[in-house]
Amino acid sequence: MLEIKGVCKTFNAGTVNEKRALNHLTLTLNDGDFVTVIGGNGAGKSTMLNAVAGVFPVDEGTITIDGVDVTRLPEHKRASYIGRVFQDPMMGTAATMQIEENLALAARRGKRRGLRVGITGKERAEYRELLKILDLGLEDRLTSKVGLLSGGQRQALTLLMASLVRPKLLLLDEHTAALDPKTAAKVLDTTEKIVHRDNLTTLMITHNMKDAIAHGNRLVMMYDGHIVLDIAGEEKKRLTVEDLLEQFTKASGEEFSSDRALLS
Amino acid sequence: MDITALFNMMPGAAAQGLIWGIMAIGVYLTYKILDVADLTVDGTMCTGGAVFIMLTMAGVPMPLALLGSFLAGMLAGLATGFFHTVCGIPAILAGILTQLALYSVNLRIMGQANQPISFRNYDLLVSSRNVKSLSLENPILIGVIFAAVIIALLYWFFGTELGCSLRATGANANMARAQGINTNVAKVLGLMLSNGLVALSSALLAQYQGFADVNMGRGAIVIGLAAVIIGEVLFSKIFHNFALLLLSVVIGSVLYYVVYNVVIWLGLNTDDMKLITALIVALFLSIPYWKGKYFSKSAKKGAASHA
Repeated sequence: MLEIKGVCKTFNAGTVNEKRALNHLTLTLNDGDFVTVIGGNGAGKSTMLNAVAGVFPVDEGTITIDGVDVTRLPEHKRASYIGRVFQDPMMGTAATMQIEENLALAARRGKRRGLRVGITGKERAEYRELLKILDLGLEDRLTSKVGLLSGGQRQALTLLMASLVRPKLLLLDEHTAALDPKTAAKVLDTTEKIVHRDNLTTLMITHNMKDAIAHGNRLVMMYDGHIVLDIAGEEKKRLTVEDLLEQFTKASGEEFSSDRALLS
Repeated sequence: MDITALFNMMPGAAAQGLIWGIMAIGVYLTYKILDVADLTVDGTMCTGGAVFIMLTMAGVPMPLALLGSFLAGMLAGLATGFFHTVCGIPAILAGILTQLALYSVNLRIMGQANQPISFRNYDLLVSSRNVKSLSLENPILIGVIFAAVIIALLYWFFGTELGCSLRATGANANMARAQGINTNVAKVLGLMLSNGLVALSSALLAQYQGFADVNMGRGAIVIGLAAVIIGEVLFSKIFHNFALLLLSVVIGSVLYYVVYNVVIWLGLNTDDMKLITALIVALFLSIPYWKGKYFSKSAKKGAASHA
């Protein structure tokens, strides 16, 4: 479904701040894979997701989604294949627009936007039903501005928007990192629900090793801009956090550098 | 001071305010919806009038000349949009560049710095001489009709899929792109629409005052912002519907010209008006910043006392 082949990306090339974020990164996702991504700070996790989403052009390599080479497609065109939820709850929704307007925008992802009415009465009824699965009471607040919602509510809404038009690929960039533990668990729960309901091919970055082990059918670890560990199936189910830390040291020759990952 | 003189000035203030209100709606579209301060409008506020007068003198029927002004304004918006999106120039600078270029363009269009047009020789829609007449030619009536039709059309447009994509672009460009919206196209479209309206307002103003002048748009952006801000301060608590928000901008513009005329009536030097306007706009623009600063400070204090 997703094929990343030999992708390189260097930021600020030729300056003192030069940073090789992706270093011949290669990763293939099969249809229906739910892959969790872990790695230390600066390993290139977010850069990988942004490269796939087309936020910036890559220096080398190709990215293919469902057989289509998207390497040179601009971000808004790739959006027809991709659903995204960001780390920052502010980033995935338009705060000054209503809940139903945000959903209506998402419902038109990958479609031509013309002079038809931006949201129909039929849609409103559908959204009311859809919002119920979030179990946050948002179904009664369709016309509230999204800016009035909490971070957790916004992330849940963004998740719903990302899956409103079934994406070929769902990209979750530490989408629970900015939330309190209880809310994070709930959003993660909703994520599972939606991913399984629609059998979505998913790439989920998390800083929480327990979450990385508990969710998905496959786990990859990044270090220095590429994949150093790729565990799937039965082997993944038996993983422990200690295993992962040991594997990390083996793969990178250094201690795992993210305090957040150890503490959580 | 003669109070009847002040009353006599009010119809003119209303007419001017309504015409400038259309211009202020254009500013509202870029400043409030697209979140871009577009300085092109200082140039476009002359281009529309210049194009209208030259087309009219060339024998083009009045409605077509108005359309021509609107299209010329859209072209100016396109230029700014091109500088901003294709060339990657920051929006403010892109607007300044187009504005500067338009100074030459406006001179070229008119062939001179000031181009008069008389209602005696040409079929004009609005004229200041009718401002107190009780007829269908009263510019206040025509201004109200124009404003109402434009508000209705914009209300419809921003409810469409395309209009929503413009709003999303201004509200959160990241989110818009993630939802497949070409934010560059949306920005250019918004700039074109805005400048089209400004040029239309300029065409009406040129008829009203009987001439177009290469300096008639100087400071237009600030007057537009003043109208937007006056409308917001007075009506933001009660108006939430988009059409009413646009209406509040027009009312803001009328009030600006009422105040302007009061200043004249008081015998103050109207040369100072731009200084006063700039200071008032600066004051209102800084209020949200000061508010934010004040509240974040008190929040920190609160947190410290709990610790």
